Amino acid sequence: MPKKVERDRMGMIIREEDAPEKMEVELTEVKAPGDDDSPVLIYYNWCKKCGICVAFCPTGCLGRKADGSPYVAAPEKCIHCETCDRLCPDFAITGAKDR
Amino acid sequence: MANIPQRIIHEWLRHDKKFPHVWCAGCSNGIVLGSIIRALAGMNIDRDDIVMVSGIGCSSRMPVYVDFNTLHTLHGRSIAYATGIKMHKPHLKVIVITGDGDCTAIGGNHMIHAARRNIDLTVILINNSIYGMTGGQASPTTPHEAIATTAPYGNIEPDFNVCDLAMGAGASFVARTTAFHTVEVQNIVREAIDHPGFALIEVISACPVIYGRLNKKGGPPQMLKDMRDNSVPLSAAEKLPPEKLEGKIIRGVLRKEIKPEFCASYADLVKRVQAMGGEK
Repeated sequence: MPKKVERDRMGMIIREEDAPEKMEVELTEVKAPGDDDSPVLIYYNWCKKCGICVAFCPTGCLGRKADGSPYVAAPEKCIHCETCDRLCPDFAITGAKDR
Repeated sequence: MANIPQRIIHEWLRHDKKFPHVWCAGCSNGIVLGSIIRALAGMNIDRDDIVMVSGIGCSSRMPVYVDFNTLHTLHGRSIAYATGIKMHKPHLKVIVITGDGDCTAIGGNHMIHAARRNIDLTVILINNSIYGMTGGQASPTTPHEAIATTAPYGNIEPDFNVCDLAMGAGASFVARTTAFHTVEVQNIVREAIDHPGFALIEVISACPVIYGRLNKKGGPPQMLKDMRDNSVPLSAAEKLPPEKLEGKIIRGVLRKEIKPEFCASYADLVKRVQAMGGEK
């Protein structure tokens, strides 16, 4: 159970002591269930739901949830082109083979 | 060109800072930051030899998040600070991150004089056509007739062509690209850092939340698609007639020439005067 973090209106972490110290901790927390063998890894707590990765995915591997965040709709379609990786403004998605 | 996975970018970020970062959803600043980190990571430069300097603005928040030597300075004065750093320690790679308001309005003077001196700085000017951080005022690069909060009926001023300004001031490396063309940004940043002299890279970027909403440009994906569709590489633009280039962004390295570099000239002067024993 991840601890409750106070956030402000913009989704920023308010209290300094709540900020995660190391990336490793955060990455394991944000992985969606079953993402380990998915070709695309999405870090949901860094994602701002702008929709760029879904719009530019050339094969239609990614889909968009009702709240706007991406999900891997068709894992077999991923060609590891890294377009989502490069165009994500928030470093929140990676489709690279070596990640 | 080696592929730099996202893991490397995460390694180069400062994790004691607040993430997700401060920029709005879909802001191009994050894409440009990713491209810059990819360029630097591929160059095998020691992180301690990179200095990133910025002024005030949305794009100038960038050095806060990266794990180099960084300096967040006064509005518009980033190039003045960077000149000081470069003069004191010429072996450092000094990168200035600046926005259109920061570099062409309040810091325009510093930019043209650094270009004239040809000091070895790499200035990455992220041009989103508006003052985003302070609420959408018109900047010197807001296009003619575009809407801004200080120009609600359309901007009556003509806009700056930043690359022409830098070339007129004598910059030895001038390039223009867009945030969408991430591989091109990566290659140009690498070329600019290797270039001995003043380098200015104008990166056209999207501000979907303020500029995009005021001017009804669609969401972040649409603004990136517009960049892709409305830009022409320099090699193709040379062959096209001028009427087909109207309203298009011309991408590529517009000027690259070797001129005497300021720090090297200064070191020569010091050597010469010391040999004379300080006498005229």
